[in-house]
Amino acid sequence: MPNGITIQKHGGVSFPILTEPIDEVMVIERATSFTKRSIKKQSKLDALYKCIEMIDLTTLEGADTVGKVKQLCTKARFPVTSEFAEELARYKNFQPIPSVAAVCVYPSMVATAREALKGTKIRVASVATAFPAGQVPLKTRLKDVKDAVSAGADEIDMVINRGAFLAGDFQTVYDEIIQVKEVCGSAHLKVILETGELATFDNVRLASEIAMEAGGDFIKTSTGKVAPAATMPVTLVMLQAILDFYDRTGKIIGMKPAGGIRNAKQAVHYLCMVNEVMGSMWLTPELFRFGASSLLNDILKQIYKQFTGRYAYDKSFSLD
Amino acid sequence: MAQIKNTNNVKINSDFKFEYAPAPEATDMVKIKKQNKLFINGKWVSGKNNQFFDSINPATGEKLAEITEASPDDVDRAVKAARKAYTGQWSQFSGKERSRYLFRIARIIQERSRELAVLETMDNGKPIKESRDFDVPLVAAHFFYYAGWADKLDYLFNGKSVRSLGVAGQIIPWNFPLLMASWKIAPALAAGNCVVLKPAETTSLSALLLAEIIEESGLPPGVVNIITGAGATGAALVNHPDVNKIAFTGSTEVGKIIARSTVASQKKLTLELGGKSAHIVYEDAAIEQAVEAVVNGIYFNQGHVCCAGSRLLVEESIAKVFVHKLKRRMRSLRVGDPMDKNTDIGAINSKNELDKIKKLIAQAQIEGNEYFEPELTSIPEKGYYIKPCFFNNVASSANICRREVFGPVLAIQTFRTPAEAISKANDTPYGLAAGIWSEKGAKIHKTAQALKAGVIWANTYNKFDPASPFGGYNESGWGREGGRHGLLPYVEVK
Repeated sequence: MPNGITIQKHGGVSFPILTEPIDEVMVIERATSFTKRSIKKQSKLDALYKCIEMIDLTTLEGADTVGKVKQLCTKARFPVTSEFAEELARYKNFQPIPSVAAVCVYPSMVATAREALKGTKIRVASVATAFPAGQVPLKTRLKDVKDAVSAGADEIDMVINRGAFLAGDFQTVYDEIIQVKEVCGSAHLKVILETGELATFDNVRLASEIAMEAGGDFIKTSTGKVAPAATMPVTLVMLQAILDFYDRTGKIIGMKPAGGIRNAKQAVHYLCMVNEVMGSMWLTPELFRFGASSLLNDILKQIYKQFTGRYAYDKSFSLD
Repeated sequence: MAQIKNTNNVKINSDFKFEYAPAPEATDMVKIKKQNKLFINGKWVSGKNNQFFDSINPATGEKLAEITEASPDDVDRAVKAARKAYTGQWSQFSGKERSRYLFRIARIIQERSRELAVLETMDNGKPIKESRDFDVPLVAAHFFYYAGWADKLDYLFNGKSVRSLGVAGQIIPWNFPLLMASWKIAPALAAGNCVVLKPAETTSLSALLLAEIIEESGLPPGVVNIITGAGATGAALVNHPDVNKIAFTGSTEVGKIIARSTVASQKKLTLELGGKSAHIVYEDAAIEQAVEAVVNGIYFNQGHVCCAGSRLLVEESIAKVFVHKLKRRMRSLRVGDPMDKNTDIGAINSKNELDKIKKLIAQAQIEGNEYFEPELTSIPEKGYYIKPCFFNNVASSANICRREVFGPVLAIQTFRTPAEAISKANDTPYGLAAGIWSEKGAKIHKTAQALKAGVIWANTYNKFDPASPFGGYNESGWGREGGRHGLLPYVEVK
């Protein structure tokens, strides 16, 4: 990674991108320590509820249809059937299952999701900028964002230009994020670094800094289309970048690990990490999201187990 | 509702508090005898004077068991048993036969690892996550490692063969009771010696469980004898005329007494003593991870670590940022019940040690050093606990910078050039370990060459492997344990 990277702002003012070297061994060691936390009883239940509130329930398939997206939106509003809710309501201290933070779809499905979620607090997020590769001309990517926003997207998940990044052209990476942000208007911008393609923690840290400087509201690990997607160590590197950026500028940036977080236990470990690195105040959908699809059902299963002491029959939960 | 202050107008009103419910490890698989005997000549025997002392659970201050105070007569019995086993049997065994017993002991340790970890935590006060993930696995690893050496002693020195010494008297400390027992017993047996081992008086129970394991392994009677007691028992062992070698791990103070009392004898002596190890952080380090290593270096095992990185030397240009991050990191440390799986810092081993640490902290405060402790939610009222802390901007001449505290207390100093870092790091009567943080390979090597310390970690801290020798310069001791070096104190080279 080159030292002393400077970026030119619009209008010609240069400023340095401050980054930090990352020691891979110790990052992995610390990230692993959170997987040794043992979260039980009420604190487990609290964590599971919190996880649901922070999920961006996602479908990003070539085979997505209006029908499928509508179904997903219903699941986002009512994660469990009324029968299931009634069963659990018999237990002491039961709280209604919350709805998820957002539904995340391709731009062509934004209008459908918008309509299906009318009257709810659930936000519509859309991956734009020629997700997942982003390898189309900038003009086309910006148009993609514009279309998603005008169809009613509250949040845009963009991909950075990894080709430019790996070629050392950080100025282009920065400029493109600035332009996407402009097109977003009042929509929130989540910047996907695609950490699996950036490969090193030093790169992840630098890309995080560029994304935050360029005005991303969230930084996000992955598209979910590249392996490895979100990992605990990569998320830790990004969280520490967010914390340093906050110390330096007073700005708070959100974090979204996405891809590969499939079960409740993993999600709870992420919560422990955010809790211990950032503090529990950062555990809120305004600042932390999980990009996931199958995670929700596993969390529901675990909640059922916490109340009843037994596991629910698999078919108690709809697939989507 | 709490709001996070920010300049980009994000509205966050969250009063979510993520508190971890107690997650205690079950203790029912551990059976502690009310009164514990001595393990001599393969049998459990009562002390001749029938005197006992209490072993206390430092997490609660409650009594766990009564331990036999071995008298000089008991020591004599143990040494005689060891001598008989040595001349009669063990010294005639082939290396292959000896290694078979060591492998067997290692495997039983693994099988009974949970029991060992829980008992170690009850008796010592260290967090269960450490006894489970660090101590016990390393104990087994040491036996496995030296099992491999037992039949390869002819290759220790090219063209030379080695001969065992006879009876080794071994005295170990309370900070890593089982691990220190394995560091002592495994190389001694591999080299063909017999052993009389005395654990520290506050932590005898896991050594006695190890004796049970040794019994279960079928090791011939008398090859390993474990006797319990305090300083007088240790002195009787050190001064016993029929002991060929003394191995001691503990305080420099006691180490000096042992050195004096063995100097005119035929006894070989190794000492692994105290330390005031320096952790050097250069400005080009990976800062966030260096903070992590510094925290691990000093707060691991409540700071009861002879090689603890108890002096932080941080380059002045990053000192402010570093200390800021260190404080933040310390706020997330969880001090409490060592049996809880989420505890990072457990109980101080004894009332005595706790008082000693408190006294040193109070003295350093009176002397005007800048004190910090994190505002942690709670520490238990019962039992022996203390918050982790540090003193910032400490002078090299300050007591807190020179004296070993053996607790969770860090002394922070700054430096300006590599030469100054090296000079400050070496400015100590000790020389056990050191840590270096830099992203520049050449700088690490140059610094490591100049440091007078037995173990040097680069971009990490507190990493142990049975194959790696451990020991110190100057007042940190004589000799090395672990690795090939660890066999040398237990053999004569022919």
